This record gives sequence, C-alpha cells and structure tokens, in this order.
Amino acid sequence: MKRPGRTVLWLQSGGCGGCTMSMMCAENPGLFATLENFGLDFLWHPSLSEESGSEVIDILNDIIAGKRTLDILCFEGSVLRGPNGTGKFHILAGTDRPMLEWLRLIAPLANYVVAVGTCATYGGITAAGNNPTDATGLQYDGRNEGGALGAAFRGRSGLPVINIAGCPTHPNWVSETLMLLSEDALALSDLDTLRRPRFYADHLVHHGCSRNEYYEYKASAESLSEIGCMMENLGCVGTQAHGDCNTRAWNGEGSCTRGGYPCINCTAPEFEEPGRIFTETPKIGGIPIGLPTDMPKAWFIALASLSKAATPSRLRQNATADHIIAPPADRNTNLK
Amino acid sequence: MSADTRRIIAGPFNRVEGDLEIRLDINGAAVREAYVNSPLFRGFECILEGKDPRDALTIVPRICGICSVSQSMAAAHALAAAEGVTPPPNGERIAAIIHAAENIADHLTHFHIFFMADFARAIYAGEPWYGMAFEQFRAKNGTAVQDAMNARASLLHIMGLLAGKWPHTLSVQPGGATKASDLRDRVRLLAIIRQFKDWIEKSIFAAPVERILAIDSLDALRAYHAEAPQSGSLRLFLTICDALELGSMGPGPKRFMSYGAYPVEGRHLLPSGIWEDGAALPVDTGLITEDLTSAWMNGETAHPFEGRTLPDEAMANGYSWCKAPRMAGQTVEVGAFARMLMSGHPLAATLLHDGAANVRARVVGRLFEIASTVLALEQWAAEIVPGEPAMVHGRLPQSARVEGLTEAARGSLGHWLVVEKGRIASYQIIAPTTWNFSPRDATGTPGPVELALRGAPVRQGEETPVSVQHIVRSFDPCMVCTVH
Repeated sequence: MKRPGRTVLWLQSGGCGGCTMSMMCAENPGLFATLENFGLDFLWHPSLSEESGSEVIDILNDIIAGKRTLDILCFEGSVLRGPNGTGKFHILAGTDRPMLEWLRLIAPLANYVVAVGTCATYGGITAAGNNPTDATGLQYDGRNEGGALGAAFRGRSGLPVINIAGCPTHPNWVSETLMLLSEDALALSDLDTLRRPRFYADHLVHHGCSRNEYYEYKASAESLSEIGCMMENLGCVGTQAHGDCNTRAWNGEGSCTRGGYPCINCTAPEFEEPGRIFTETPKIGGIPIGLPTDMPKAWFIALASLSKAATPSRLRQNATADHIIAPPADRNTNLK
Repeated sequence: MSADTRRIIAGPFNRVEGDLEIRLDINGAAVREAYVNSPLFRGFECILEGKDPRDALTIVPRICGICSVSQSMAAAHALAAAEGVTPPPNGERIAAIIHAAENIADHLTHFHIFFMADFARAIYAGEPWYGMAFEQFRAKNGTAVQDAMNARASLLHIMGLLAGKWPHTLSVQPGGATKASDLRDRVRLLAIIRQFKDWIEKSIFAAPVERILAIDSLDALRAYHAEAPQSGSLRLFLTICDALELGSMGPGPKRFMSYGAYPVEGRHLLPSGIWEDGAALPVDTGLITEDLTSAWMNGETAHPFEGRTLPDEAMANGYSWCKAPRMAGQTVEVGAFARMLMSGHPLAATLLHDGAANVRARVVGRLFEIASTVLALEQWAAEIVPGEPAMVHGRLPQSARVEGLTEAARGSLGHWLVVEKGRIASYQIIAPTTWNFSPRDATGTPGPVELALRGAPVRQGEETPVSVQHIVRSFDPCMVCTVH
C-alpha cells in the first residue's frame, strides 16, 4: 500500500552538500525507492530535481503564496547571518534574496522542519574558528537554543525543528526520519534533549566499537593506524558521542573507529571547536579529560587502573600494532 | 547593453554541487556575454587560520561533500611536505584507492544524475532519441539514474572498508592511511571493484573497458557508436552529441592544466602538465596568482602563499565571491578532459574542436577516466601486501611554507599552507571550479565558463536556455569548493 503523498522541499546553504551525497548512498532499498514507497515527493532538491532557475523560484513562490502545501522542509547547511545580520553571504541564486530570508518565509509554512546535518542543526564546521559568516543552526546556535528561527519556532505540526545531527548524516538517519514523518509517527518524546531523533541518538558510538576489548583493558593505541583503544591518547570520544555508528554500519561495513581514526563527536553541538587537537587526548596528571558518559570519575579511575593492571599480554601487544600480531588463544569452551 | 540585448539571471542552477547564478546578456538567438556568480561564501581559509595544522585534516574535507577526499589528499600532501615524509607503498596504494573511488563516484553522479537529465526535458520531446533519454535519465526516476545510484553505493563500500565512511574521512594522513589492510581486505576490495567494472561494461559502455580505452580517434569513437547505437549510455550520449552538435558547443580557453594525481612508488598515475598548442609543458605553481578585480574580496592580486581572504562585506565591487586564479596571467581549463590530454590518450586531441574543449570532450573525458581508473583500482588492490604498514609518522616543524597538489574529479586542487610558531598562519585553497568558474580579471578576460558560454544558442522564450545548462554542467561545477 502506497502512502498518500507528502511534499518535501530541500534547501541547501552554508554547508558542503555532504549530507545529500551521503543520503545517496542509501541501500536496500535505495533512496528513490524509499521515497516512493513512503509517498515522499520532492518538490525540489538541488542535486536531484530537473527544475532549474525560474522553475525553482516558481515553486518557492507557490509555497509562500499558499498554492502548494509543504509537508516537510529539509534544510542542509548552516544559516549564514552575516555580514551584519543581512544574510548576504548566501543570496540564493537568481533571487536577490538571502537564504536567511527564504528560510524565515518558508519554514513557518511547513508541517515539519528538519535540519539535516550538524551545520543545519547547531552551526557545525561552518561556525568553527572565528565564524566569519556568523553561521548558525536553524534552532540552535551551538548549544544555545535560538539560531536562525528562534527558540519559540514551531512547524505547523507543533514540533520544533528536528535535528538530524551528524557530519555527515548517515543515509538512513535521514531516510528513517522522513519515513516516520510521512506517517506522522515522530513525536516530541522521540527526540532527545538536543532534538535529535532518539532512534539513533540514544546510542553511543562506543556501542559495538570493534575495539571494545582494548577499551575494557585500557590497552591503548599510541599513534594513528594502531588497533588499540583510541580514547587514552588519540582523542576518541566514542564513549560520550551519541550515534549508532558502530551498530549501524557506514558504506557497507565502516565506521570512523573501524577506519582507524577517532570519533570526533560530530553529532554534538560545537564539536567543531573541541578546545584541543582532534586527534589528541588532553590529560591532567596522566588521566584523560572526558569521562565515559554517565560514569562517576572515581569509579572510572579505579576501574581503569585495575583493568590496566590486568591487561592480557595479547592486547598489550596488539594495541600498538597496525594488525593483530598476537591472536587469541584457542580454548575448548565446551562445558563438561 | 544595446537595445536588442536582453538580460537573464539564471539560477538557482541545480544539479551542480552548491549554488550558482549566471547572468546572461543575450543578443538575438545567442548568448553574447556571461557572468558567473558563486553566491555562497563560508570562509574556510579564515576558519583555518590559527589552528594546529593537523586539524586541517578534520576541517578541509568538510569544505566539500562531493570531493571531500580530494580535499583531504591536498592537505595530506601539504603536511607530508612539511613533515618530510613519504607514505609506505601500501599507504600510497590505499590512499590512491580511497581517492580514486571518490573520483569515479563523482563522475558517475555527474553523468547520471547531474548532466544527462537535461536531455529528458520536454523541450526535446520531438527528438528521435528522446524516448530513450526520458526512460533512462529523467531526474529521480530514470532507470539508469536508479541503477547508477545503486552501483555508486556499492562502489563506495570501498570507503567502508578502508576509510571508515564517506564523505569526511580522517583516514587519509600525511604518512599514508590509518587502516592497514589485512588478507581479506584485499580480496574484498577486488570483489567490489570487479563488480563495479562489470556494471560499467554493461551499463555505460556495452563493451569491455579495454576495448573502450583502445578507441584512439574520433573516427574510432564513431565506429564504436555505429556498431550498436542503442546500446550503452555512452552511445546514447554520442547520438545526442551528433543531434545537438555538442562536439563544438561550449568552447573553453585553449589551455589545459593538471597537477597530476595518485602517486604510487614515485610515479603519478595521472601526469601533471599544462597543454597549450599541442605541447605539454611542466606546471610551475610559482606562476599562479589570484586576481580579485571581480570578486567581493579586498586585497591585491597575489600568489596563494601571499594572498589573503578578506571578504568585502559591502559587496561593492565585483559580481562573485570567487577569486580569479590565473596561471602566468592566463585562464586554464581543468578537469578529466585536461587529464586525458595530458596522459597522451590519442582520442583526446581528436575531440578538440578548433583547439578547444567542448561539451562532448568533457563528458567523454570523464567516462573514459572511469574506465582507466577502474583498471588502476584493480591493480592497486591486487598489489596491497597484507601485513605491511600503511602509515609512517612524522613531526611537524614549527614553521613551514608548503603546497599540496592533487586532482579532484573536477580538476586541479591546490592547498597553500604557511605554518608559523606551530600554527596555521595562512591557508589558501584554489579548487578546480575556482579555475573553471572564475570571474573576469583585471584585463577583462572572462573565466573559462564565461568564455564557453559566449555564442550559446538560445531558443525562443527560454528563461534558462537549455544549451547554457549543457555547457555549464559539462564542467561538473562544484560551487561549494569554488569559494570554500
């Protein structure tokens, strides 16, 4: 049974387009099949639609004039407020009107407003450094509510902006959110405190990390390309980062930690300015700053020193190698 | 502007990466002048200043969601130059595979999703080839569009295997790649690559890739087409080329450039060079300047080691956020076709029309590069030695002045990095589309696309002339890279 049609408008601004490029990696089913089977009709998408130029402007004006119903507005990229609040660092081509204004005109008309990617949700990498363009998220400016649309904003459905954070987003974080919205099946209680869909944000990147055994015994990699745990030395914050990256694979069977580099917490506000080098763990008195989520500090230190003392030789050897040099012993585990 | 000239502002120009606006002065039935505006400024060069140079590896891939790995490669090359390291052979091969997988995926996206959809527009409904174009390439629902999306997703399993994810990997490092491959990675890679090769041979070429790469002239290309005009997307494109004269449409400047790419054991698979008047010359990056005459930027024309990025917030003079890069004061066209010329493939020179590239040459160049790169992918994967390291570790000096050059899908990408007191003092980026979509310089010389649009035919009543769309998209612009 095909669902009744839901219209989707997709706009891009101060970002890299990578969330769209990632979304196009959806598999089994692919993106277009998913959209079709859930009645999701793209009125316009900048990478996928035929319409160009005046045809696009007609669509936008029809929405504003109430001639077309907009069910879902997806916005990818930060909203650029600069220079001086004018938004002119991105004037939408062919319109002489900053994207900031288009967003403020169209968002209130959408049933649901979806911020796709950490730029659109919280400002993201475009807001890094001295934030030259005064980039912000749709409803958050970093950790602070507000952003381009203001804290009080609600879509016609009554929901605030739905924040699919991630840099980039996993293809299915986006497609599953859209599928749920097509059924009006995503409620405020399905969003976490930063308004991320809980179906992926209630997990930690640590869950299912293939380096878990190294973590348990604090057998740490010292340099990139080594296969030990990357928390102690290499800046990995997978124990704090929200996302199901290691239980839901990327591009077949990947994840950042499986690719040999640390989790940088890209689903979080202000991940772009960690106050340290991305690939180094800051320490005080030899103890890494940044505890695993929900873990009392004293217990963590006690457990860490205990597990470090108990590290099997196999893990100690492998942790600083780039492939397994000491395989697990073969044991007969049959209970007799 | 004379009385018989009308002006069109074409935009938003979709099915390009990022936002693009083009001002067209139209005289009678043809474009007289074009002015290309890159309307989005994000300021990555400003964001990078003051940071630890190693953080560039996290930040620069996020310049672009479609050529993310190319940005990583350029940064890694610059940092490797600063550290004085060369990756071990396995690391070079793995980095080349990751990079090449992205470039192939981008070519695939360009042809199937960005470019061909315009031939399925209603304006062509009367053409004999329209039925096939509509069936296969109409936006979103075309059969070849959906097939290509699936093939692309499967190809990008290479990223899951070697790079963690795509886009925005941190696996590409100055000293190689972060994941050393094991025994099964090698064969799994070969399985992915061979499946993809089978797909392009069936869907795009309707012939073995070796047979395609042996096509050595325009006549031989015509003979291949005539064998089975209905078979394979390349042949459909060639049918359309003949019908719409795409082989002479959109002539660019008659100079081409490639920085070269895929260094493995001292040799680049794609050679560097500048092509002018049939001769290949070495690239001297010391002769590159960026001219700010038509850009909303403050400052003087300068080499990227000296140049700054100071946006003119009043947007007083100029018509684009894009600077105008020039090689020895001249425009150059970059991209897959430029690389094909530089590699000495005999077909390339015969695709030139009056010495210039054109819509057909650019698109054929890309499809041929898919074929040749797939063979390279297969070879690199086969040559991976399981157990050998993929990465060496260097130390960054407190000060450095280095460049990182590579080829993204769309052409030459360079990063110019100055390190002082261990921090980034200056980071200047010139992306492929900065070259191709540059505005006019101080001499009034138009950028390559601005030149290519001169004379583009305009049909009665067209608001965004379809010929303009073919020409613009034949360059595969990446606007987010352009200004960054």
